[in-house]
Amino acid sequence: MVKVIEAENLGKKYIISHQPQSQYRYTALRDVIADRIKSFLQMAINYKNQKSLIPRHEEFWALRNISFEVNEGDRIGIIGNNGAGKTTLLKILSRITEPTEGKVKIKGRVASLLEVGTGFHPELTGRENIFLNGAILGMTKSDIKKHFDEIVEFAEVEKFLDLPVKRYSSGMYVRLAFAIAAHLESDILLVDEVLAVGDAQFQKKCLGKMEEVSKCAGRTILFVSHNMGAISNLCKISFLIDEGLLACIGDTQYVISNYLKRNLNNYNDKMRNFFGTLNSKLSFNKILINNKSQDIVVSPSESIKIQVYGECKADIPKFRLTISLFKRGFRLLTIHDLEKPETLPKCKFKSELEIPSFFIRPGEYSIAAGGYCENGTEWMWGTDLLSFYVSEEWSNKYESVNIGAVNLFHKGNRILFL
Amino acid sequence: MLDDKNDVLIIEAGKSEKRYWADLWKYRELFYFLSWRDILVRYKQTVIGIAWSIIRPLLTMIVFTVIFGKIAKLPSGGVPYPILIFTALLPWQFFANAVQESSNSLIGSANMISKIYFPRMIIPGSSVIVAFIDFLISSFILIILMFFYKFLPNWKIVFVPIFLLIALIVSLGIGLLLSALNVKYRDFRYVVPFIIQFGLYISPVGFSSDIVPEKWRLLYSINPMVGVIDGFRWAILGEKVKFYLPGFIVSIIFILILFILGFMYFRKTERTFADRI
Repeated sequence: MVKVIEAENLGKKYIISHQPQSQYRYTALRDVIADRIKSFLQMAINYKNQKSLIPRHEEFWALRNISFEVNEGDRIGIIGNNGAGKTTLLKILSRITEPTEGKVKIKGRVASLLEVGTGFHPELTGRENIFLNGAILGMTKSDIKKHFDEIVEFAEVEKFLDLPVKRYSSGMYVRLAFAIAAHLESDILLVDEVLAVGDAQFQKKCLGKMEEVSKCAGRTILFVSHNMGAISNLCKISFLIDEGLLACIGDTQYVISNYLKRNLNNYNDKMRNFFGTLNSKLSFNKILINNKSQDIVVSPSESIKIQVYGECKADIPKFRLTISLFKRGFRLLTIHDLEKPETLPKCKFKSELEIPSFFIRPGEYSIAAGGYCENGTEWMWGTDLLSFYVSEEWSNKYESVNIGAVNLFHKGNRILFL
Repeated sequence: MLDDKNDVLIIEAGKSEKRYWADLWKYRELFYFLSWRDILVRYKQTVIGIAWSIIRPLLTMIVFTVIFGKIAKLPSGGVPYPILIFTALLPWQFFANAVQESSNSLIGSANMISKIYFPRMIIPGSSVIVAFIDFLISSFILIILMFFYKFLPNWKIVFVPIFLLIALIVSLGIGLLLSALNVKYRDFRYVVPFIIQFGLYISPVGFSSDIVPEKWRLLYSINPMVGVIDGFRWAILGEKVKFYLPGFIVSIIFILILFILGFMYFRKTERTFADRI
């Protein structure tokens, strides 16, 4: 195996300045001069007791102690929370920014795709932008000419080639931009979360293209994404970056479950996040899923038992407790503890709800809970109380295919007219 | 793609790129495409389009001729005043456009800089090229003027490319310096238009340098555009213009200092552009 990337001890430091009036993101010379004078005066005044000096600048390590090796043809997924340093790593590898410490050795041609359509000019036509963007990404004119038809075909913009891209729909724009990048001929491809844009079908097409490219051409890919399905589909090995550190390297499934466990926080102190008119009468103390309150990973073959412990401080007439499931911010479903509202007397109580097995598909879900009286005047509600993950273990074939959020056990038949 | 398959790239903290020049060469097509984009985009959605690069210098020339030639009645040494002005206006406008465009160019391409690697020098460089194209277009006015006044240049016109090269070096040097400074200190956005406006009056555009008193002449030549403009006049206007060598040498020295300064500052700060912009 040939090592194509060897990183040793990479680190990137940023200086965050705490200036009271730094509302602009750039420095003005005036401020610098005034600042120097001010801090000089402050130094002079506070010469005797230097402790009273407030530090104006704070160091922030976006990445630290990152060491890894990548072999030729590896497809590596990089996961981590927002702001963990994933993009910074790609920026260092692609030479956009230089590391503060450490060293990387890269063998081969590197192409990076941190954003689709960088350098697109709205006034230029699709055709012109293909050449411009290609050149920006590092293609030569002959390369672009060679792939021109493929790019146009992939992007499905044939009819609009001579229209300025400012008149394109956003879908067309993204398709064209990705198509150009997908036809880069490089040995190492660094891809940031660029597929988050575009519709599901196009995302699938792009992932397919990336897979094809890496499998056929033996290209090395480093792929940053929040889409666990895409990562597990495309990458065998993954890195987990957590607060600037390389927290975990290994088999993708292992790294993903590690990541999800880290992320499924203990939400119990979020039990105070409720609002609504019933907030004074009713309090929710604990929510358990399959008897767990953190690190909840549910197998699809298990049913999901939700238990809500609460206390009622005054009688609430005709009340129903409600649980909603959110998937990526979308409210997937809402269920109730009782079929018909009933009076909840002053007492402690426990409500149990159950979602049958094989019903919701793999992914991360977040729970919101609350309740309301039948006439709708009194209610309470709290979101993001707890989250859990449904793992991908059943019917392997369809695991990562986007076929929706739920499995419905439905009826269907086929009649053949032979 | 651009690099060889077996090239090993080493990225290390604090070390400047060893293969910068090779990279600059590899990315020459980007250089071309960016200039081409700027030229294409420049006059999109304008009615008279490219005519703007003719109209602007033409109007300036007319105003200057009236003010300096007719009202102030400054001496022109026997050269038709419009021609005297235009031979200076050409390099001046090239310089002004190049400096103006290139000093804002990095900020204008902030998105590209923070998302993609390429030798950053391409950006201000291509702005200078765009200004150069404008220069070529407006040169036609000079040719037409010369026909109109039946003014025939002599053999010295072959030196024009040399002075053009010098003009290119000044513009690029100042452009590099200002564009890099502009990334860190946005004050330069306001400084640049001022430099250009001010420069127009302290450079011999509306008048001949001959009216500057002899004892101040050398000091006057510190302005790098003095050397360039005098050179242009000397090469184009022929017999009627004397060449003031000491002044020219002073100008050249200052031009080189500016260029080296601009270049070095740019190279030094270039690696932090993506973090600062």
